[in-house]
This record gives sequence, structure tokens and C-alpha cells, in this order.
Amino acid sequence: MRDSVAATVSLVYLARLREVFGAASERVETPPEVNTVGALRAWLAGRGGAWAIELAPGRAVRIAVNHDLASAETPIHAGDEVAIFPPVTGG
Amino acid sequence: MPVRVQTDDFDAGRELTALRNADRAVGAVAAFIGTVRDVNADAAVTSMTLEHYPGMTEKALCAIVDDAKARWDIADALVIHRVGALKPADQIVLVAVTSAHRGEAFAACEFIIDYLKTRAPFWKKEDTPAGARWVEARASDDDAAARWHPPTQPPG
Repeated sequence: MRDSVAATVSLVYLARLREVFGAASERVETPPEVNTVGALRAWLAGRGGAWAIELAPGRAVRIAVNHDLASAETPIHAGDEVAIFPPVTGG
Repeated sequence: MPVRVQTDDFDAGRELTALRNADRAVGAVAAFIGTVRDVNADAAVTSMTLEHYPGMTEKALCAIVDDAKARWDIADALVIHRVGALKPADQIVLVAVTSAHRGEAFAACEFIIDYLKTRAPFWKKEDTPAGARWVEARASDDDAAARWHPPTQPPG
């Protein structure tokens, strides 16, 4: 259960999303109600612009928490590293 | 180390020899090499850049190899994936599997590359005459991965 305080989370943006967001990474203070991947995605989409476009519901975005692929329900804790990236194209 | 992410090219022959010599019970070595093509869809590709997510990429590749070892009775598996600047005909990835017999080696090798293409954090950016573009994920890759139904019973 999250304390009712803001939490510092590290965000990492990869590939095409790094280019459209204009940053490779940032640290954010998330409000207490932003305690899942889904809530974080909606919170970032609220920034508008490229964030609203790329993180809109239904867009094919992948999110990982501490190097593990996450779902919308995955919880987020202070100190976590959350990566946001497009569908992968290796091999 | 069953998984390597590196900028340097690899010598597939040397890698396969090392795998084969590590276990005298091995009777089959199956391998796949992915290479850079000079064309994609309607455009010529002059060069490519491979990006990855340090930390997660290696972890995801190890999980795929562990999954293969749980599904098939194989002796060992090796994945080498290059990152950085590549050009047409360059090697991108080596997947090699050893086992007592060929059925498991073929299946595990195909499984690993199918899962790598849909689950391992790599992204390709191509240079074309019209400019640079990020490669889009293919539905056919998702279809290939979906063929490998999850095991009906938990491993082990």
C-alpha cells in the first residue's frame, strides 16, 4: 500500500518514443493515486501533445517496471524504473 | 554465458564448435543467423541501427532461453545479438541449440528466434534514400510466436 506521499519514479523512453517525447529519461514525482502502470500512463498522457497521442488508450505501447514487462495493473513504487517503448523489432 | 548483446561481429563456426565440444552427448546442433537485408517493403535500406535496453534485453533473452530449456530436452542454447550500426549482409543475430537428437534442436531454435522477435527489447532504425525510419513490428512475427502455445502443464 502506497503512503499518501509523492513517489519519485525514473522514466526511460526508448527508440521512436525517445524521439517524439524529446527525452531519453526523466525523474518524476508521482501523486499517491498514480500507483499502477495504467494510472501512470494516463497521468503522462495528461501532459498533452505527443504524450496524449502516443499514450492514448489502444495505442500499441509496451511498459516495463524494473526490467519486467508490465500490465496496466502492475503496481508502481517509489524508486522504480519504468520504461516506455514501442513494440519490439529485433532479430 | 548463454546470452550476449554486443556491437562486434561473431564467428558462427567458432561459436558452434564451442557448443558442440562442451558436451559429447550432443548429436545435433541447430542454428539460425539473421542478417541485414538491403530492402524492406518498397525501399532500399543502406544501413541500419539496432538499439536495445541495457539490463532488460539480456534479462528477456535469458528468460526465453530458460523457457526453451523447460519446453524441450536440449543440452544448451546460445543467443548472440548485435547492436549499433549495421549494413546489408551483416550478421544481426545467432541462435544455436544443441541436443541429443535433431527434433528438439530444430524446435527450440525456431521457438527462441520467434520469441526474441516479439519479446526481446530491440528496435531497428533503417536508413533509406527517403530518410531514416523506425521499423514497424510485423503481425506475421506475432503469428509466429503465437504458434508456440504455452505449455499445458507447468514445467518441472
